[in-house]
Formats: sequence, C-alpha cells, structure tokens
Amino acid sequence: MDSTIALFLIQDGVINGAIYALLAVALVLVFAVTRVILVPQGDFVTFGGLSLAALEAGRTPGAIWLLVMLAAAAAVMDAFVAAREGDVGKAVRLLLRNLLPALLIAAAVHLLAPLRLGMAVNVLLVIAITVPIGPYLYRVAFQPLADASVLVLLIAAVGVHLALTALGLVLFGAEGYRTAPVISGSFEIGPFFVSAQSLLVLAATLILLAALALFFGRTLIGKALRASAINRRGARLVGIPTMLSGRIAFAMAAAIGVVSAVLIAPLTTLYYDSGFIIGLKGFVAAIIGGLAAYPPAVAAAMAVGLLESFSSFWASAFKEAIVFAAIVPVLLWRSLTTQHADEEE
Amino acid sequence: MTILLEVENLSVSYGRVEAVRDVSLEVGTGRIASVIGANGAGKTTLLAAIMGLLPCRGRIMFDGQDIGRVPAEERVALGMSLVPEQRDLFGSMTVLENLELGSFRRGRAEISERLESVFALFPRLRERRGQDAGTLSGGERQMLAMGRALMARPRLLMLDEPSLGLAPLIVRDIMRTIDELRGSGVSVLLVEQNARAALQIADTGLVMELGEATVRGPAADLIADPRISELYLGRAVEVR
Repeated sequence: MDSTIALFLIQDGVINGAIYALLAVALVLVFAVTRVILVPQGDFVTFGGLSLAALEAGRTPGAIWLLVMLAAAAAVMDAFVAAREGDVGKAVRLLLRNLLPALLIAAAVHLLAPLRLGMAVNVLLVIAITVPIGPYLYRVAFQPLADASVLVLLIAAVGVHLALTALGLVLFGAEGYRTAPVISGSFEIGPFFVSAQSLLVLAATLILLAALALFFGRTLIGKALRASAINRRGARLVGIPTMLSGRIAFAMAAAIGVVSAVLIAPLTTLYYDSGFIIGLKGFVAAIIGGLAAYPPAVAAAMAVGLLESFSSFWASAFKEAIVFAAIVPVLLWRSLTTQHADEEE
Repeated sequence: MTILLEVENLSVSYGRVEAVRDVSLEVGTGRIASVIGANGAGKTTLLAAIMGLLPCRGRIMFDGQDIGRVPAEERVALGMSLVPEQRDLFGSMTVLENLELGSFRRGRAEISERLESVFALFPRLRERRGQDAGTLSGGERQMLAMGRALMARPRLLMLDEPSLGLAPLIVRDIMRTIDELRGSGVSVLLVEQNARAALQIADTGLVMELGEATVRGPAADLIADPRISELYLGRAVEVR
C-alpha cells in the first residue's frame, strides 16, 4: 500500500467514523436517560434517508403513515390512561394533542411532496416526519416499561427494530436509493482529494457535537436530561418527569438520525434494512466508550471508521466481521477492569 | 391553624408485607411535625408514599386537594419537596447545577432570587458552588439536598433522617435551619431516629412502631412521656 491509498483510506474512515460518532452519541444519550439500548437508531437513518430520496423524486414518503400510526397509538394509550382516571376532558385533550400535529405534518408533506421544492425544504420535511416518530415510539413501546430491567428494554428495542424494518419494506419497497449530494464539487487539499460532501459530513458532525455539548452544559432542559441519567429518583424529586426526559431523548436521537441520514444517503445506497448494520457500528463505538461518556464514544467511532476502511482494503470480504470482532477484546478488557455495577434500584 | 397536609389511613405493602399500616397524620401550615421510631418502623416508606414515589392505599390531601393520583413530579409543582435519606444528589454535576435543577418547575426567572436565599441559609454552598456534588462532605451533601429542595419554594418540606451520619455540631445547625424555615412559613414533616433533636424543634410528634402509628400528640407531651423517654430519648445526643 502506498501513501496515496493510505490517505484515501484515512479520509474514507474519518468520514464514516464521523457518521458512526453521531449514532454512538445518540445511543449513549438515549441509554443514559432511559436505559434503552436503542437498536432502532439505524432505522431512523434509513427512514430519514429513504424519505429524503422519495421527496427528491417528488413522491410522498411512506414514513408519514408510520408517523400517523404511531401518533394514533400514542393518542389511544394516553387517552386510555386519562379515561381510566375518570378525566374525560383530559382524555380528549390528549387524544387531540397527540394526533393533530402528526396529521398536520402528514398532510403538509403529502401536499408539498409533488412540488419538488428543493433540498432545503426536503430536509425540513424529513425532519418534520422523522423527529416526532422518536417520542411517539418512546410513548408506545418504552414508556409503559419505564421501570423494567435493561434486558427487558433491550428485548423491546429489538422488537421495535424488527417491526420498523418490516414496516420499512412495506412503506418504501425493497429498492435501494441514494440521494443527490447536499453540496457537490471537490478540492485538492495537499495530498488529499476531498469531496465537498465529505467535508460537509465532518463539519456537520463537529457542529452537532458542539451543539450537544452546549445543550447539556448550558440549558436547564439539557441539565435536566443529565440529571435524569445520573439519578432517576433525584430527578423526579426536583420535578423532572421521567416521561418528558424520555420523549426528549428519543426526539434528539431521531433528529441525530435525520442528520446522519442527510449526510450518509448521498454516500451509500440505503435499503429498508440498512439501518441495522449502520446502527450496529455506532453501537460498537458506544460500547467501546462504555455507553456512558460522549468523548470516548466519538473517539471509538473514529477508530471503528478507520478500522472498517483499512480492513475493506486488506480483506474486504471480512470487513464487517473485523469491525464487529473488535468489540470482543474491548468487552473482555472492560469486564476485567471495571467492577460490576448492580442495576439501579 | 390551617391544615396543609392531611394523611388518612395510609397503608403501603411490599408484596405481602405491610410496611405501613393505617397511618394518619396532619401537618399544619407553618408547623413542624416529627415522626420518630426505630429502624425499620416504616418511616421512610411513609414519606416516600406521601411524596408519590410508592403506590399506597388511603387518602392524601394537600392544601385541600386529593393528590392520590398526582405523580411525584407534579407534587413538586404543587409545593411538596422531599429530601430523601440517600440525598439523591446529581453527583457528577456541580453544586450550582444541582441547585438550579431544584427550581426546574419554577423556571429560569426565579433561579437567581432563590439561589440567594439558599446561599443565605447555607453560606458553605456558595463557597462550594463550582465543585461536583459527589466530592462534598456528608454535612455539605445534606445542606445541598436541603438547598436543592428549597429551590423549588416548597410549602411542605419533608426531610428523611437529615441528621443521619452527621457530626453533632452539624446536626445542631441543620435543626436550627429547619426551625428558621418554620419561621418563614414553610411546613416541615421530619422523620428522625435522633428523636430528641426531632421532638425538641417540633410542634407535634408521632411515634411509629412496626409500620403503625402508636403514639401521637404535642411534641412537648411526647418528650415528657416516660415510656417514650426510655425507648427513644435515652441514648440520643443532647443538641441544645
């Protein structure tokens, strides 16, 4: 291998690593706040990417049906709880509050999709469809299990992932799509031949990580999310509703998923079931980072990206196997060096 | 005197074990009520149930409103705060951040004003405000836990063993602070193993044994009761 190839592999690895870093951060965020290992994180990416591709082609993305279905389920569950308490007015209010925004978004997307209003509008529409799916998903699948063990939550997460993959096939079809790059063109920087899209990936990742750091460090809501992660009962005692933290964490995970989708969709062809492999690489990084801290997860994601690109050069048939096998020595090392912490409560 | 908190026939079960059975109590506005009893008498369970952290039977009225179905987070918004035995601080966050979160239901606008009044009560917290809560000493942790609860501007402050594990001098300070809070109109429900300290500042007292309320009355009467003296006050530290 000569230096040109090595530099190319490094660039490739860093770009993929940046996207895995986003996924890893989303996984750490959701796990810290809700103890859910968000297996469906990759599905947010595929749903976002495939929706973007559909909008580009002037079609209505099937994801709006998922949004409406989840909103309806959440509405019924919320209303049922309120009705059981005997508060009919509240039940109706909750029904409308869940259902109306989803119906409005779906209607807007349906009307605007054929107009092909350009990349910026398309991205906004994808955000409007995908981000609310996060909190609705939390309401329907995880909030009823909020006190369950990590294992039960993981099983639920796998179930949600399988359901979403199957729905992805129904809503988007089996065909793969790739979107147009957000920006085109390329430059030569020293020995690197860099595409504008890959610079965008890096810049967007850095900006998002910085924004998250500000959010958690400076805003009261961000601090409340950290507090819920550190001590759940302490958080309740200062009046932070567990449910609210969960919904915000899931909304943020979905938003990070959309950003990843916009960045990755021009680089790789996405299929309805691509989410799992993408999410799994973010998961490997998050696990190496201990599912607890953001900087190690980001560093590990970069390492995963590099490992992947170099192994695809040397042993392309085994590249996935090599990446996933990397988790084994890390787990071994962690299990030997860290004391076993009992689950909270 | 108006009644702020009224608990009627409260029972809590863990599986088939009844940890608290048919306990009734009331706390008047601006009054201190102390619950004393041995380890395992159900005092902590009682407070957790009143705060809404545990499912229970019976009736809990706060300021005339039945709050039985109100979740714990919303009870905070109504004006109830609990300082639990484990303090439940946010260890890897700073003292200042812990306090800010105490005002979560009050919003940004009130934070600076509340901070000043909490720092006035616990000047030590001002010195430590940039330090992580996990690095504080036991007494400072208790001050922070109380400060955080007070940030919510509670009308009822419930304290679970605030003197636990603290040096006698610090216990005296904490008790004095609780006494001061009553002066500012806050009602206090105090659960303590340090029965003498708890009864000395209280208006009313309640003795719990094996999950049941066995004796109740004005705190002065309980102190004078020879049986209670012997059982609960004998080895307590004199704090005044």
